[in-house]
Amino acid sequence: MAARKTTAKPAKPNVSAEELKTYYRDMLLIRRFEEKAGQLYGMGLIGGFCHLYIGQEAVVVGLEAAAEDGDKRITSYRDHGHMLACGMDPDGVMAELTGRAGGYSKGKGGSMHMFSKEKHFYGGHGIVAAQVPLGAGLAFADKYRENGRVTFTYFGDGAANQGQVYETFNMAALWQLPVVFVIENNQYAMGTAQRRSTSTPDLYTRGAAFGIPGEVVDGMDVLAVKAAGEKAVAACRAGKGPYILEIKTYRYRGHSMSDPAKYRTREEVQKMREERDPIDHVRDLLLQGKHATEDDLKSIDKEIKAIVGKAADFARESPEPDLGELWTDIYAEAAE
Amino acid sequence: MATEILMPALSPTMEEGTLAKWLVKEGDTVASGDILAEIETDKATMEFEAVDEGVLGRILVPEGSAAVAVNTPIALLVEEGEAVQDAEITAPAQAPVPADKTLTSESAPAAAITHPSPAAEVDTTPDWPEGTVLKKQTVREALRDAMAEEMRGNGDVFLMGEEVGEYQGAYKISQGLLDEFGAKRVIDTPITEHGFAGIGVGAAFGGLTPIVEFMTFNFAMQAIDQIINSAAKTLYMSGGQMGCPITFRGPNGAAARVGAQHSQDYAAWYAHIPGLKVAMPYSASDAKGLLKSAIRDPNPVIFLENEILYGRSFDVPDMADFTVPFGKARIWRSGTDVTIVSFGIGMTYALEAAEKLAEDGISAEVIDLRSLRPMDTATVIASVKKTNRCVTVEEGWPVGAIGNHISAVLMQEAFDWLDAPVINLTGKDVPMPYAANLEKHALVTTAEVIEAVRTVSYR
Ligand SMILES: Cc1ncc(C[n+]2csc(CCOP(=O)(O)OP(=O)(O)O)c2C)c(N)n1
Ligand SMILES: [Mg+2]
Repeated sequence: MAARKTTAKPAKPNVSAEELKTYYRDMLLIRRFEEKAGQLYGMGLIGGFCHLYIGQEAVVVGLEAAAEDGDKRITSYRDHGHMLACGMDPDGVMAELTGRAGGYSKGKGGSMHMFSKEKHFYGGHGIVAAQVPLGAGLAFADKYRENGRVTFTYFGDGAANQGQVYETFNMAALWQLPVVFVIENNQYAMGTAQRRSTSTPDLYTRGAAFGIPGEVVDGMDVLAVKAAGEKAVAACRAGKGPYILEIKTYRYRGHSMSDPAKYRTREEVQKMREERDPIDHVRDLLLQGKHATEDDLKSIDKEIKAIVGKAADFARESPEPDLGELWTDIYAEAAE
Repeated sequence: MATEILMPALSPTMEEGTLAKWLVKEGDTVASGDILAEIETDKATMEFEAVDEGVLGRILVPEGSAAVAVNTPIALLVEEGEAVQDAEITAPAQAPVPADKTLTSESAPAAAITHPSPAAEVDTTPDWPEGTVLKKQTVREALRDAMAEEMRGNGDVFLMGEEVGEYQGAYKISQGLLDEFGAKRVIDTPITEHGFAGIGVGAAFGGLTPIVEFMTFNFAMQAIDQIINSAAKTLYMSGGQMGCPITFRGPNGAAARVGAQHSQDYAAWYAHIPGLKVAMPYSASDAKGLLKSAIRDPNPVIFLENEILYGRSFDVPDMADFTVPFGKARIWRSGTDVTIVSFGIGMTYALEAAEKLAEDGISAEVIDLRSLRPMDTATVIASVKKTNRCVTVEEGWPVGAIGNHISAVLMQEAFDWLDAPVINLTGKDVPMPYAANLEKHALVTTAEVIEAVRTVSYR
């Protein structure tokens, strides 16, 4: 039960060329999508808060690789990567960012608030840590229905200090809910480095008091994330209750678009990018293992560029929501 | 073909900024992620990173330039070995402004600010058919029966809260439910309002129909973020995809001598929130019929009960499936001289006052709103058009009270019919004191209702 640190690197990855290419492609889609979102923000086409996921791509892509059909996911406002990774349409996501009728929430949610019942994506939440009990509630519903599903509940290192997280840990363990708590530790909560906010650095041990097993995972290595995810999901599906994964990652961009990022050095960011980039890592595995040629990768790059370009075009061309939308979706009609 | 680098918007409110410093010069090779310039926004100095790679062909806006509009071309990026064609340098053109930025509060069309007007039709259908057998029941029993009936009818309905199971409810509302439905559906929670409210909302997102009991609504303040930000707003934020069929219920308002932290009426707080429905029954039949409606409703419902009323008995129709709809007031007494509008325990004072006033020849019409969101303002307006006077009675505080809202509605919809200013009777504007005599003074009293009616009647 006790939280423990896995030091061993996953054994020589038992992974096919096709799988590696899929991860490369999925991570690259997130990165290029986010870069484009940053550009559109710069042009004033996206407003308000816009939190980019660049640098953290291996976390969702690795965990989605461990998920099965019907499993659920819920996260914070830093949600674009989660949506793309679970198969939501980049056009609809980008159009929500620009506040257009073609967006997932018809333009009424914005960057932080999107949902897809079809893909079992439950948002998109703007209150730090509010998604944690909500995720446990989704798992509660699955347990009630005995359907064998697991919910991935993502939150940040900053969110890990909210009281409702521990209220949730207690009930999730007490009721043995099938939920994987994924702490995306990108080392900062806005401008606060983790050491300035957190009395003990090892967030994966935070479930120990509740008897929830926890592991720390290298979040820049998609294969390590996937392996940890599979283990956690297996425990949940076996009815053993919740599991905590502290995934060490890093965000390259500011907290949101308006973050001057004076709390860390340029060198720190540059070093991460150069030495630990999760996409370069898979790229190297592909090339060194001779699973793909430079040309193969170029053609993936091209394909991604086209998808993102199309999403951006859609997001600019989709009309603004009809004014009548102001008054819709406040109440659901009773199904007769 | 050169790519224009545009002056970026670097904050939600930035429209222009100062190009403080170029960190690259013409001819430099730049890669994605390199810092090109420092830009001062309305909030901070920001580093501006390159997205594309290439060679900086030409700087169009020199450093130190102030008030550079967002989207103005500030430099040209060319490919390795390419030269900037002078023809490509367009004058720093008027930046294209996206459509939504042109809409200001002055230019927004009036259609955007029209408000749905209150339903004109008054629904006067009786709550139960004539001839229905009535039985005496306490509010407590009626609430329990409502939950039990709905739980029998729908396996997805479950009850969670502190002491709802083995203890049979802190106020014995869930008496017998654990025995009948088992621990899977009647769930004792730890003392952790924020957490279990969130779990309840998540379970509702996941398709179940939770009833979340707060031991009292005073403790729901710990959970109010989940109630409002998660339960009430998600349907809207999801463009209609993600409903939240949940009922939050428990006693609300002052009990007796329990002091300031345990004696507060939250009616106006929750009635303020679009996306919530709010019911506050007075009688046992309304408690039963409205709670059944609440559990069936596909939206989050705040169901405000009252500890003092739990033990009171009323007539309840003996019907297989009795429900009361939201948004339909009940006229307890018809009258011709004044309209008294109340809800919840306030009805006790309203009805007592009407009784006494009748002895003095003043005929009061007493309306129980029953649900506060939606609110049946049509019935109130129709009544005031008949009586020309109105007094509202509630237990909550006076600032931003339910009565204030009713006064505003009457001013807009029945101004010409009013013969006197509307009086809003509320609890006093103080935290609830403990001392017995002070507590009585802090609450609304029957005497105050009588006095207010005399004031608006000028008699
Ligand atoms: C309850 C609450 N408090 C404060 C904020 C403002 N805020 C938004 S994000 C954030 C930092 C959260 O950091 P972390 O949990 O590490 O997530 P990250 O942004 O790094 O993904 C803060 C303080 C908020 N949205 N909600
Ligand atoms: Mg963080």
